[in-house]
Amino acid sequence: MALQLSNPARRRLRTLGFLSPWLVGFSVFFAYPLIATVYFSFMHYNQIKEPTFVGLRNWRYVFEQMPLFGPALWNTLWLVVIMVALRVVFGLSLGLLITKIKTGAGFFRTAFYLPYLAPPVAATVAFVFLLNPGTGPVNEILSSIGITGPNWFNDPDTAKPSLVLLSLWGIGDLMVIFMAALLDVPKEQYEAADLDGAGPFAKFRYVTWPAITPIVMFAVVTGVVQTMQYYTQALVAGKVASGVNIGPGSVIQPGYPDHSTLTVPQLVYQMGFQNFNTGAACVLSLVLFAIAMAVTMLLMRKRSGLLAAED
Amino acid sequence: MPRWRIPTCASAALAAAGLLLSGCANPSVGSANDDPTKPVTLKFWHGWATPGEVKAVNDSIDRFEKLHPNIKVKATGNVSDETINQALRAGGDKAPDVVSSFTTNNVGQYCDSGMWANLDPFMKKTGLDKKKTFPKTLLDYTSYRGSQCALPLLADAYGMYYNKDAYKEAGIERPPRTMSEFKKVAEKLTVRSGKDSYKRVGFMPNFRFYQNSPDRLFAQWGPQYFDAKGDARLADEPKTYKFFKTADQLADAQGGYDDLERFRLTFGDEMSSQNAFLTGKVAMHLDGEWRGLMLDDAKAKFDWGVAPLPVPDDQADTYGRGFITGTVAGIAHSSKHQNAAWELVRFLTADTDQVVKFANAIHNVPSTFAALKSPKLDADPTFRTFFDILRNKHSKALPPSVNGGAYVVSLQDFSYSVEAGRVGDLRKGLKKLDDQIDADTLQSKS
Repeated sequence: MALQLSNPARRRLRTLGFLSPWLVGFSVFFAYPLIATVYFSFMHYNQIKEPTFVGLRNWRYVFEQMPLFGPALWNTLWLVVIMVALRVVFGLSLGLLITKIKTGAGFFRTAFYLPYLAPPVAATVAFVFLLNPGTGPVNEILSSIGITGPNWFNDPDTAKPSLVLLSLWGIGDLMVIFMAALLDVPKEQYEAADLDGAGPFAKFRYVTWPAITPIVMFAVVTGVVQTMQYYTQALVAGKVASGVNIGPGSVIQPGYPDHSTLTVPQLVYQMGFQNFNTGAACVLSLVLFAIAMAVTMLLMRKRSGLLAAED
Repeated sequence: MPRWRIPTCASAALAAAGLLLSGCANPSVGSANDDPTKPVTLKFWHGWATPGEVKAVNDSIDRFEKLHPNIKVKATGNVSDETINQALRAGGDKAPDVVSSFTTNNVGQYCDSGMWANLDPFMKKTGLDKKKTFPKTLLDYTSYRGSQCALPLLADAYGMYYNKDAYKEAGIERPPRTMSEFKKVAEKLTVRSGKDSYKRVGFMPNFRFYQNSPDRLFAQWGPQYFDAKGDARLADEPKTYKFFKTADQLADAQGGYDDLERFRLTFGDEMSSQNAFLTGKVAMHLDGEWRGLMLDDAKAKFDWGVAPLPVPDDQADTYGRGFITGTVAGIAHSSKHQNAAWELVRFLTADTDQVVKFANAIHNVPSTFAALKSPKLDADPTFRTFFDILRNKHSKALPPSVNGGAYVVSLQDFSYSVEAGRVGDLRKGLKKLDDQIDADTLQSKS
């Protein structure tokens, strides 16, 4: 006998059927890892022996006894604020300039996009080489005009700004997104603004900005999430700049110099896969997740406010 | 079903599934039930990477296969500790049976976690008396709290290489033996160029320079890192303060940390032809026994010699000591052929002929009593200086710890801040470092 289903039940099943690929992906790649992370944050687990329940020990360890947690969190948040802000401003400015250029726009577009295509490790190694305070060409050029260059990646005060410079060098992706948004602004609106006698600033403020706000918001949200996971460039820059190489068995604390480039993801890796302290690594991951979630929700709320105001 | 129940049920089911799956995450456990005379292929992971070293490993395996025709060995080189760690935790068929590591730092972790199998039962079964075979310092760094989960596979001893031409030029007759002599000689050998740079430094004391990590230099003081209970005692150890003071004085005698650090950043890679000692930028250099072979291969443009690194003035009678470490080998806990794997480990670590041949080939210090006495051992006097350092009763290896080298990393990190003058109150800083090491140790215990 065929199964008799009422109309709403059938509709619900159909909806679930359509949703199932997403549900499977969500469960396997998000819900399960998240639940497992919460579970292991209360366990002592060295990835060999059976996990044992330790209550809040891992949480207390991270918040009370791990001196590197503070600097790592500070660096991560510093990078999130400064790097994302500068990337958006720089990417948008470049996009504006290149869309305004009459001749040679193609050349500049390519020139600014190319660095983005360089693999992060290679780009970072090259950048550290360029900015080497002793032998790097940048400081040599500076000294030839009588300026003593900074120690860049070798000074705790300038190491993070140097990472920001590196990220601005690879701004190509954001520039292209902004260019697409800028070229999408209806021309008639600029013509109407011209008729009203608006200057360049007024045109940007009242025509361009409202039209590209959703894209700016997109750039900020994805930038925040990406920077929260900032790992490769900071690790490579620190290791290469320190010049330390003490053999394949040795572990070097990342974050050279003076933990100034240590980020939370690096600490997660060190805890989880070098010290095999799974519990502490899970706590750190959850802290990072909570911050990323909170910031994203805040930004999304701001965005819906902006969109509502536009309507 | 009321609408609110669906999400609740779904998340409960997911949570249950998560817990179930996480319970299944443990890697496989191996066994020692295999017959070592049956045909088998063993996977052996090691860290050697240069062509000469890889050839020496492969020659060793050929010798082993000739003695054990039923055992084939598939060797994989250039494997880091991190890779071995992760592979053994993941388990499975691809994981190695026999593993080796270039550092003794992680042995405590390997033994305590059970990741490397305890070798005592195998030694008992096959009649190998470890105390009669290996020196005590080496047995200490390959075991942790009663578990001998590794055996030494050649050792590394650290001494001082010096540029004889530079010595002659500066009128120095013999290598310094005490730290105060060391300071004077280093200063004499230092040649500045311009206001804040150098043509050559006598001895680069900065801890980030090649092999200069603080734990290696600190060995000259013979420190005791932990008390009987296993708590860190660096703040209570008077030698710690003397060590940092000497490092500071060494830097000051040659122009100060900042200038030296700037100069250090111009050095080439340690293992390249741009090595600072090889290029004459450094006149005295802390390094392991392997450097001699490298200097010969690179045809160094100056005459060089080897001596033990100086010792503190108040411990002048300990001159001849040095830092000891070495390659270690063991059996993966997940190996299904542990008896066959033991045959390979036993051959590599305890067969005198093999140990001598391998030591001669890669210029590492042999790690058994019999091999150290062997007449077949390379007679090169610079190489032999390191045998004496290894045999010196004051020589020091790092004590094993439950979380491997985590305490060494913490000490290194702290030392970088001290040498840069960023630690105001050394006592307070060391107290904090001890607390940190203790907290990390506790956190790693189950």
